[in-house]
Amino acid sequence: MEHTSLLERILRGVALTLVVIFFMFPIAWIFMMSFQTNETILRIPPQLIFEPTLANYTALITGKLVTAAGTLDIAFMRNLWNSVFLSVTSVAVSLLLGVPAAYAFARHKFRGSEDIAFTLLSFKFAPALLVLLPLTLYFQKLGLANTYIGLIWVYQLICLPLILWIVRGYFEDIPADIEYAYRIGGHSWFATFRKIALPLAGPGIAAAGLLAFIFAWNNFVFALVLASADKQPVTVGALAFITSSGIQYGQISAAIVLSITPTLALALYAQRYLVEGLSLGAVKG
Amino acid sequence: MTAATTQRAGPSGFRISKRVLPYVLSLPALLVCIGILIPFLTSVVYSFQRYRLSQPWARQFNWGDNYISFFTDPKFWNTLKVSLLYAGTTVVLELLLGLAIAMLLQKRSTLNNFISIMLLMPLMTAPALAALMWKLMTNPGFGVLSYLASLIGLQDFRWASSPSTALFTVVLVDIWVYTPFIMILLLAGLRSLPTQPFEAAALDGVPRSFVFFRITLPMLTPYILTATLFRLLDSIQQFDIIYAMTQGGPGDTLTVFQVEAYLNFFQSTNVGRSAALMIILWAITYFLSNIFIKNWLRLRERARGQA
Repeated sequence: MEHTSLLERILRGVALTLVVIFFMFPIAWIFMMSFQTNETILRIPPQLIFEPTLANYTALITGKLVTAAGTLDIAFMRNLWNSVFLSVTSVAVSLLLGVPAAYAFARHKFRGSEDIAFTLLSFKFAPALLVLLPLTLYFQKLGLANTYIGLIWVYQLICLPLILWIVRGYFEDIPADIEYAYRIGGHSWFATFRKIALPLAGPGIAAAGLLAFIFAWNNFVFALVLASADKQPVTVGALAFITSSGIQYGQISAAIVLSITPTLALALYAQRYLVEGLSLGAVKG
Repeated sequence: MTAATTQRAGPSGFRISKRVLPYVLSLPALLVCIGILIPFLTSVVYSFQRYRLSQPWARQFNWGDNYISFFTDPKFWNTLKVSLLYAGTTVVLELLLGLAIAMLLQKRSTLNNFISIMLLMPLMTAPALAALMWKLMTNPGFGVLSYLASLIGLQDFRWASSPSTALFTVVLVDIWVYTPFIMILLLAGLRSLPTQPFEAAALDGVPRSFVFFRITLPMLTPYILTATLFRLLDSIQQFDIIYAMTQGGPGDTLTVFQVEAYLNFFQSTNVGRSAALMIILWAITYFLSNIFIKNWLRLRERARGQA
């Protein structure tokens, strides 16, 4: 295996370079566009050298877009805030509900536990609109339409199955004897759970929480169906932004950059957790 | 310690039966999910009704009519065809490409690890936003990809706005987002394979194509199956990329199941047909997910054994 010819090394290098270009180019290009004015963007052929401007970002952050025709209000910061709020709250609620349930499924084989766990996992694979479309009609009746509470509840569909199944695997890996020993010392199950099980499953909980956050942030269809403009996260907001502001390509690029930066940064920061999380613990990273 | 013994009272005297405890712990999660089962059942009911939001007075059970009419409905066959074509093309291409990249990056080195981390970035981009990025790059007026296409002689290449290239364009975006998923799963698989068979084969001077087809591929099969099924489940339900890119258009070129159901519900307000479409898609995914979960549990047991 070691004796690789020069030709093979060159071919491998070329192949890898092409792979890197294909997967990195779109991000790099949009990043560059976000620092350009509309005039330089529209120039043909596309320019690699230009004078960078922060105008797109200031327009988004101040919410005022000054054009020749007048000022235009942009609510993109609102979308960004909605994304942060919805994702963080949904993951927090999911951890609160999911971690104890994962512990119950891992430690106690009670009647129907496998069936319930499977049903919960199957939510992850069911078509979202199957549930979402009737839900819009119910939400209108219940007064949950276009509310944060309604959205956070529905976001549990994304976060709970992930957290339940990843964290359950970690709890199962903790030898039960450690917990028994602590219990025999006269501690309650709750103390055992808090002092022994939770810290030992910590990495799993972090991985599941991180992944649930990324999935919640990247979700599109839930908010598209259930939220109107003031509650929409960036994924839906950016699409609406394109239709409303039409030709402000620099701002659209800046909006995309702001929208994808949080998940990219999180992923790079904690990439070693990602492999296990993405495969629901089936492949060790 | 049988399940029936009650737990000794803590200092507070608060007793929870050991039999009840697991139910108490999992109940809140269950309640949240049961609330979501209700709309699922509602969908089943809707799918057996003639139900248009624009004509609420005409709502009534028509039993299987929504399903039966699919047989003679060219739009339905188009939906089925595009969905299967999209799922099949994306999964096969992503699998081949993902496997090739994983093998290029197999050796642990600083550069390879760095590249594999870089390649996570498309996967972490929201698919809807990825579609917007590609939409900007394929804009006929200033898009850099349209410009590059014109350089290689493809004047006026319309990408997603022409029926003949729309599928190609969304498949390309799907490949961009999801190939890294297959790549990192297979890379983890490749790196966890035992080294002895490969060393033995190298000692015996076995040709590398033989090593690949007779050793690498068979040992990697469980990983390939898991990754493929996972992607297939996702891809047959694709909505974000297609909706953000073309909203199912041009015409009905890209009306895959979820896009078609969405348009039926919100544009033609035909709730009955929309629900019936979703039930059919659900049946497909239920079938696939059962195979997937079995296969995944087996692989997880294996990973457990190594840990």
